[in-house]
Amino acid sequence: MWQLMLVMLIGAAAAQSGANPPASTCVQCHLEQEGSVQLPAKLAADDVHFRNGLSCHNCHGGDPTLGIDKGGPEDSMSKAKGYIGKPERKTIAKLCSSCHSNPVFMRRYNPKARVDQYAEYLTSVHGRKYEEGDKNVATCVDCHGAHGVKAVSNPTSPTYPTNVANTCAHCHANQNLMTAYGIPTNQLELWGKSVHGEALIKNRDISAPTCNSCHGNHGATPPGVDSVASVCGQCHVSQWDLFTQSPHKKAFADNQLPACASCHEHHGIQKTSDDMLGTEEKATCVACHDSGSKGFVAAAAMKSGIVALRDHLARSRELLEKAERAGMEVSRPLYDLSEGRDRLVLARVQVHRFDPSALNPVLDEGEKTARASEQAGWKALSDLAFRRKGLAVSVVILLFMIGLLLIKIRQLGRP
Amino acid sequence: MNAGLQRVGEWLEERLGWKAVQELIEHKEVPVHRHSIWYYFGGMTLFLFVVQVCTGILLLLYYRPSSETAFESVQFIMTEVQFGWLVRSIHSWSANLMIAAAFIHMFSTLFLRAFRKPREATWVSGALLLFLSLCFGFSGYLLPWNKLAFFATKVGTDIAGVVPLVGPFMMRFLRGGDEVTGATLTRFFGFHVAILPATATVLLSIHLYLVQKHGMSTPPSVNAETTTKMKFLPDFLLRDLVGWLAAVTVLAALAALFPWELGEKADPFAPAPAGIRPEWYFVFMFQTLKYIPSKILGMDGEVLGIAFFGVLGLLLVITPFISSEKRPGKISFLPIVGVGALLYIFILSALAYLR
Repeated sequence: MWQLMLVMLIGAAAAQSGANPPASTCVQCHLEQEGSVQLPAKLAADDVHFRNGLSCHNCHGGDPTLGIDKGGPEDSMSKAKGYIGKPERKTIAKLCSSCHSNPVFMRRYNPKARVDQYAEYLTSVHGRKYEEGDKNVATCVDCHGAHGVKAVSNPTSPTYPTNVANTCAHCHANQNLMTAYGIPTNQLELWGKSVHGEALIKNRDISAPTCNSCHGNHGATPPGVDSVASVCGQCHVSQWDLFTQSPHKKAFADNQLPACASCHEHHGIQKTSDDMLGTEEKATCVACHDSGSKGFVAAAAMKSGIVALRDHLARSRELLEKAERAGMEVSRPLYDLSEGRDRLVLARVQVHRFDPSALNPVLDEGEKTARASEQAGWKALSDLAFRRKGLAVSVVILLFMIGLLLIKIRQLGRP
Repeated sequence: MNAGLQRVGEWLEERLGWKAVQELIEHKEVPVHRHSIWYYFGGMTLFLFVVQVCTGILLLLYYRPSSETAFESVQFIMTEVQFGWLVRSIHSWSANLMIAAAFIHMFSTLFLRAFRKPREATWVSGALLLFLSLCFGFSGYLLPWNKLAFFATKVGTDIAGVVPLVGPFMMRFLRGGDEVTGATLTRFFGFHVAILPATATVLLSIHLYLVQKHGMSTPPSVNAETTTKMKFLPDFLLRDLVGWLAAVTVLAALAALFPWELGEKADPFAPAPAGIRPEWYFVFMFQTLKYIPSKILGMDGEVLGIAFFGVLGLLLVITPFISSEKRPGKISFLPIVGVGALLYIFILSALAYLR
């Protein structure tokens, strides 16, 4: 009974997509089987291909119209009818590309569908090794699945942004598999604890980067030393732009150092802090710049400027909030203070120019706002003190007047 | 010197006849008994009204009534204008104290049955003045154009819109359109500084005239013939002055220690803030409407709630004409109704603030 329902479900799924239900005996017959032979038929209901009117024979060959009423399984799955059975691993990418690289075919389902996946795949480390005959490297079905293939936009798809890291880790966290290639297996662990991983997994921010955002998907390749900044710069545009103008660009290139990753790491990128800058132990600058060198002095100068602005803004906010808690109207200076906060953020970005003379104008603007806010805070507190003194004097005068009136009333006597 | 003053006095008397007023004040007397304390609340309400007028005029010098400028102008008053913070805070605190004093005055008059013949008209004018005070509060609340005031006005005018037949018209009339906008602010400003003060002046004049004409009422439990009397001038007025100076002291302390908040500027596109509720003197009505089921016997619960308060308001105005004092020998329900009303206001308000 449930098999009949599943067959109907598969038909309904295809009908729902607007495509004709595949007239296939494959599903019907495989559902009647036991064990792993049954599984592909069970997964068909969720398969994007089935939902778009394609069926088993489009990949496996054979004639699905034969088998139950006319002929038998041996007829529908005969080589004469083009049945190939389980495609060989080395042919899978080619097989998928027979449709997915065909713009005319793909246009029927999605006019904007990309058709360059196979071409990209051949440029990837996976694709190159695959072409060399390495059977362990990933091909289409390893990431997308063979049966029950889901659209990337489907949150349960292994290629949906929040699932990509686990999909990649399926192989890349497998030490047995990776040892042969000399690739570490801790990327998922590092990324999961990184600012990017937290944003994507914890905060469900699907714009946050995962493996394919930096490595590419079909053309997956480790970014080379010369392209790391370009990869990060896709999102961190300003920092990249400033870095390319900085003296670090040439120095890093000359020393074969990856641009952003030299200070920020790569998979385990942590939330940045002012501690990364300067000449203290935690600062990344001291890894290259010796004490007393020009870079060392510049790092110290930039750090002290940023810390001074940060602390000044914090002091100003504290003053204004103290005044606000006492009931003073300070909403305008508090609002203005956000301009100083913007300058601080900009200064932290400007650091990537690695030039104190480029940073100082931004810091000066921030200091100007911090000073104005601090003055507004002191003025509000001074006004508050004035009000309280004024109140004390007024109360004394008023009580004195009340006292005089009471004396007068007493003098007049009871009515 | 004295002769000169006397000549000026005679000159004024010839033209103004002010000695009649002087004689009235000289002969005005106030009964002295165990309930005399309540007499002071009328004068206290009047004093706080005068404070409102004076501070309101000062605020008018800087306030700009439009949705683009209202909030900023109040912010300017609070931060830039010399003692602007004091004037605005006193205006806001005094408004609340005035309404509290008016409620006390109304309930004391009710419990002491001061509305009895021939003071029915005094009571009616007083009840109308109380309603007018509430209108002052409602219209003034919106004027700083902050978030809380914006949404409170939206809810308040929504409630007005539920009244059968005239509701939708009333709502559009109050708002100056279908929604609370800058047009509502301008309209409320007009009500607050022109229409309501003009009406209040007329009603207050009638009320004060009637108080002078009929004198202070002696409660039925006190023998009016044997009770002692005190001169209004200087005895009662000096005691009034003590109360007024105490009120100024309280106002100064409230303004200096708890300046009236300005809040955030109203944003019609922002979601309503959580825990929105009207000023304290409307809270018992607001809370009642929250408790009323949406349907009662097939009728709209909110409409019934508004009708209930409308009828209560009407009953309050006509209290002198329906009170059992008119029918001697019958049991008076007035104290029970009065205490019941007070308890109702306290409990419903407490429920709203404790949630």
